[in-house]
Amino acid sequence: MDVLMLSRLQFAAATFFHFLFVPLTLGLSILIAIMETKYVRTGDEEYKRMARFWGKIFLINFAIGVVTGITLEFQFGTNWSRYSQYVGDIFGSLLAIEATVAFFLESTFIAVWALGWNRLSAKAHAVTIWLVAVAANLSAVWILIANSWMQHPVGYVIRNGRAELTDFLAVVTQSYAIHQFVHTVSAAYILSGFVVMGISAYHLLRKQHTSFFNRSFRMGLAMALIFSIVAVVQGHMNGAKVAAAQPTKLAAMESLWETKQGAPQYLLVVPDEKNQKNRLEWGAIPGALSLLAYHSTEATVKGLNDFPEDERPPVTLTFLSFRIMVGLGLLFLLLTVIGWLKRNKLEESPGFLKVMLYSIPLPYLAAEAGWALAEVGRQPWVVYGVMKTSAAVSPIAASQVMISLAAFVLVYSALGAAAFYLIANHARKGPEPVKVQVEERRD
Amino acid sequence: MLASIWFILWGVLWAVYFMLDGFDLGLGTLMPFVAKNETEKRMVYSAMGPFWNGNEVWLIAAGGVTFAAFPTTYAVMFSGLYSALMLILFALIFRGVAIEFRREADHPQWRKLWDYCLTLASFLPALLLGVAFANIFQGIPIDEEGIFQGTLFSLLNPYGILGGLFFVLMFLLHGALWLAVKTEGDLHDRAASLAAKLWIAMAASAVAFLVATWFYTRLYDNYLQNPMFYMVPIILIPLLTVAALVMIRVYLAKAQWWRAWFSSCGVIVGATLFGVVGLYPNMLPSSLNPAYSLTVHNSSSSPLTLKIMLGVALIFVPVIIAYQSYVYHLFSGKLKESDLLEESSY
Repeated sequence: MDVLMLSRLQFAAATFFHFLFVPLTLGLSILIAIMETKYVRTGDEEYKRMARFWGKIFLINFAIGVVTGITLEFQFGTNWSRYSQYVGDIFGSLLAIEATVAFFLESTFIAVWALGWNRLSAKAHAVTIWLVAVAANLSAVWILIANSWMQHPVGYVIRNGRAELTDFLAVVTQSYAIHQFVHTVSAAYILSGFVVMGISAYHLLRKQHTSFFNRSFRMGLAMALIFSIVAVVQGHMNGAKVAAAQPTKLAAMESLWETKQGAPQYLLVVPDEKNQKNRLEWGAIPGALSLLAYHSTEATVKGLNDFPEDERPPVTLTFLSFRIMVGLGLLFLLLTVIGWLKRNKLEESPGFLKVMLYSIPLPYLAAEAGWALAEVGRQPWVVYGVMKTSAAVSPIAASQVMISLAAFVLVYSALGAAAFYLIANHARKGPEPVKVQVEERRD
Repeated sequence: MLASIWFILWGVLWAVYFMLDGFDLGLGTLMPFVAKNETEKRMVYSAMGPFWNGNEVWLIAAGGVTFAAFPTTYAVMFSGLYSALMLILFALIFRGVAIEFRREADHPQWRKLWDYCLTLASFLPALLLGVAFANIFQGIPIDEEGIFQGTLFSLLNPYGILGGLFFVLMFLLHGALWLAVKTEGDLHDRAASLAAKLWIAMAASAVAFLVATWFYTRLYDNYLQNPMFYMVPIILIPLLTVAALVMIRVYLAKAQWWRAWFSSCGVIVGATLFGVVGLYPNMLPSSLNPAYSLTVHNSSSSPLTLKIMLGVALIFVPVIIAYQSYVYHLFSGKLKESDLLEESSY
């Protein structure tokens, strides 16, 4: 394999692994902050125990998220040096701003929260987790602005043999970035809600700590329900954004080969990438794709065959990622609506609780599929329409990348196993017992 | 001008990173030599626990600023030093995970494994960062296209190894002093007597490194060729660095641990800035041909980007310094055994 393919695999491995931990950080930090705020407001010790229990899971998850995040920053330089050189003026500054305004805050206060239970007043302690939650989500804002610039570059000019910034505001406020942010954090909040519901369901099925886990479940449910609705509605709007910004991605995610007026969507499609057609198309919804992309059932949607062959993304992978993401997104909406109807009689619905327990991996799958769609669907471009991925790779020896890729796979597998084992362990053990004596505080 | 301001900030970011994470890396390396039992080991972890993560972000910031302000330097440095950087990266991953996962381990064998990880993963970045910076001071074999013509092993030349050794000793001393600040009793005494020994080794390596710098690098050229321009740094940086080095010994003798540690901060910052100022306007001097060198001028971002970034830095860096100082203040007390009983303690 050549440096390009190895570097792509390595970047994919590092990014997908990192994103196994990011979404839970984004959503669970907010849930814990709400729990602790409720504790401060009501003085109800159970909310404090909730913050501590979910906080332990949060900390394990957070640690892996942090250490694997450095990899991503390093990799732009190590493996994609030509990219870094070409777009550093814009992309690099966004990453630097992310570190300055958000990551410092998050990394500094997470320790204060973890170790400060007896050093801070209850109120000040609750503030620290809010700082972590806000900083984590602010981090996502900047990272997604940076990624959106790769998807839909704006506010730049090609000068001095590279892309140079001309309009900072255009870069940070472009609607593509806003959409991508809303979509990504929605996915993160759904995932966090499902993790909380799934673990709560485990204990509710065993009829243990029922008050504790009923409360937890309902908080996770509220978060997941609200953002399932947001994700579906906004995801629909995203279709039009993609159609306008990246017509090749749209054609690939629908596996549309021929340009069509009033293009339908099919319930079942089997793409045949080699012969540039679909082996099977079944269950047409007339005009649905035109409607999704251009808000009119009569609109014309350009097919893959009308794009140069060297500008088409891998079709099957893009298509499958899209279907998995959308299918799961709709399932989450269904499950959370059912949950809402059963929210006051959870223990009487063991079947539903079991479904929720075994659903924990699904939002992970959906989130990864979403990123696969965003990144694979953008190929062969690293910056859409501006720079091809093949032109972005570092002038380094393939053997170096082969060794580092192997190391990543080994190390990350071990770390992932350790992290999920520890999280599952804490989750199964349940919350600490109720303390009889109220702890002394230094107020 | 704008690019030169960013060059100074770039140097300062590295200096602050070394000053802060330096004690974590030093302490992690020292752990098996100072901590004799489980309680003492947990004390060592607790001494860096509240800080390591916030400290490490200075590295991310230094990397991010290289990317943003000097993209070409970032591209050539990171791809050229690929293997060294990957080793540093994996070490930092293991270091962070060792600190955060050790407390979750319920079996002594697991704790032992994390302890090994911590020591190795603290030593390696200290060494390799020193090797990398020494090589940058000396010049690395980059050609006209900015392609690195060496290997990981060509970085391990005598001057590079000396730089690595100097960094390791500087961080070991810094870590020992921090442990003396943070602890009482046996552990404190051991850290203090170790610091006194390390001071001698560190001072010797500092002298050796400075002398070797004369023969292996062109850092002194700046100081000699532009005496007027370098009047301030020429007087201040070396003098302050040497003074701080001496003061460490003085405060050690007086058993004033905080002051000794702050003096050690002065040495680290001074040594870093001494090198960086000598480098100017180069960022990555080419050892093949000076014309291929990457400089502040030929590798910087556009003025607009530099201006925006400067605005962000001027607002947020003071804020960061303020809240990090608060956190240091909050956890500045001596560690007690009762601290080990707390929720989430290490």
